[in-house]
Amino acid sequence: MEFRDAWSIALKDLRIELRSRILMNQIAPYTLLIVVLFGFALDANTQTLRDTGPGLFWVAVLLIALLAIQRAVKIEEDDAARERMLLTPVHSPSVFLGKSIALFIQLFALEILLFFVMLALFDLSVEDPLLIFLSAVLATIGIASSGTLYGVIAAGVGVRETLLPILLLPVIAPIAIGATRAFGDSFGRVDADGWAWLGLLSVFAVVYTVLGMLAYGQLVEDA
Amino acid sequence: MKIKLLESNDGRPNATSSRSTRFLGICLVLGIPVLILFAFVFSPKDDTMEDAVRLLYIHVPVAIFSYIAFGVTAMGSIFYLWKQSRWWDTTAHASAEIGVIFCGLTLVTGSIWGRPTWNTWWEWGDVRLVTTLVMFLIFIGYLALRQVPASPHVRAKRAAIVGIIGTINIPIVNRSVEWWENSTLHQQSSLTDGNLEDLTLFTWFLGTLILAIAYVWLMIHRFRVGWLSTEYESLGYGAAIEERKAEADLHAGTRSGTTEEGEVE
Repeated sequence: MEFRDAWSIALKDLRIELRSRILMNQIAPYTLLIVVLFGFALDANTQTLRDTGPGLFWVAVLLIALLAIQRAVKIEEDDAARERMLLTPVHSPSVFLGKSIALFIQLFALEILLFFVMLALFDLSVEDPLLIFLSAVLATIGIASSGTLYGVIAAGVGVRETLLPILLLPVIAPIAIGATRAFGDSFGRVDADGWAWLGLLSVFAVVYTVLGMLAYGQLVEDA
Repeated sequence: MKIKLLESNDGRPNATSSRSTRFLGICLVLGIPVLILFAFVFSPKDDTMEDAVRLLYIHVPVAIFSYIAFGVTAMGSIFYLWKQSRWWDTTAHASAEIGVIFCGLTLVTGSIWGRPTWNTWWEWGDVRLVTTLVMFLIFIGYLALRQVPASPHVRAKRAAIVGIIGTINIPIVNRSVEWWENSTLHQQSSLTDGNLEDLTLFTWFLGTLILAIAYVWLMIHRFRVGWLSTEYESLGYGAAIEERKAEADLHAGTRSGTTEEGEVE
């Protein structure tokens, strides 16, 4: 496995995304729409929104992640791109890593947008910016790696759109819990040691990156 | 092409039962009423839980066997990826189905038991409850994957990876929920405390034995159904190929006949 190959794959995915502008024109507005809907659902109560903000942030991220993963799988299905990629002398762990990196960058960009929108609309104040940054990075690595793996599991069977959420969301439940607690501590909304949760988020990120690199080759051949 | 899959060599129906499953079935038919008698009539009330304790004779064994069933699924999945054997894939699938039923029963019986004992149907802060629910949902996803329209090998390979990852994920979910609320309403195991009376202990063991027999009985039947379905599916493919070949031969025959006629003319 070569990191340079992985980076080439990541750049390819990002270039396709930049040209299609689906992330910018469709998924980013969807992110804003989710925040507005949370405001309506919670009765326009700023105090409630502040208390539930960390959880709402990560629920919104999981919903956005589903769209981004579906999109990442779709670009491999168009024009038999996956088959052509398999013909290149790039090892499957590099492909997995490359696709995960591309997904990570897209999700992280959307999280930055979501974060500042929520800060403004929910009137949140940050007490520990480093904890916010590290927990967001680790949680997004976990979502990107597990999403890339489950994306290819659900690919090519004709029911990807409905199958992926059923498979992926229960598996990434620990991220929703861990990242919400870390964000809650950073916003000063919960009495929890947010730093302790970074360990769990790291374990999840490492386990799914390693599992993905091992299993991706087996799966992608039949996808 | 007529598929004679449902008939064995001697012409009798190829049923999923055998002498051993009939024996296990008879044990269940006799054992379940005995368990009900012990659970509701002979065993005493608990000092704190009162009559609600009677539900634990089912709740605890189904919980244990749901974990065993998912463990068997993970083992079957590992062996499938290693040996590529349909036997292991069918075992993993059969065990996951039974595991999901047992896990669902665990959640339902636990919830019914929790209402009089904890005064709530559901407690989000309880580690075991939330872990069991997530495990249930993970394996619901596994079963959904088993139904997708794909070739048996592709489906089996993907399901095997999901089965293994799902099982690996269980301790992570458990740890996350434990840290999340750091609490459980579940009491420590009464079995290891040595607080159970003789008859209560006997009834609990009887419940576990009945569930063990039920698991094995269901496994054998579900395995055989799974095996026959895959056979039928592959024979179905064979039949479809034969039909297409026959059609192609017919077309080829018609075309050559026309040509000959043309030549004659």
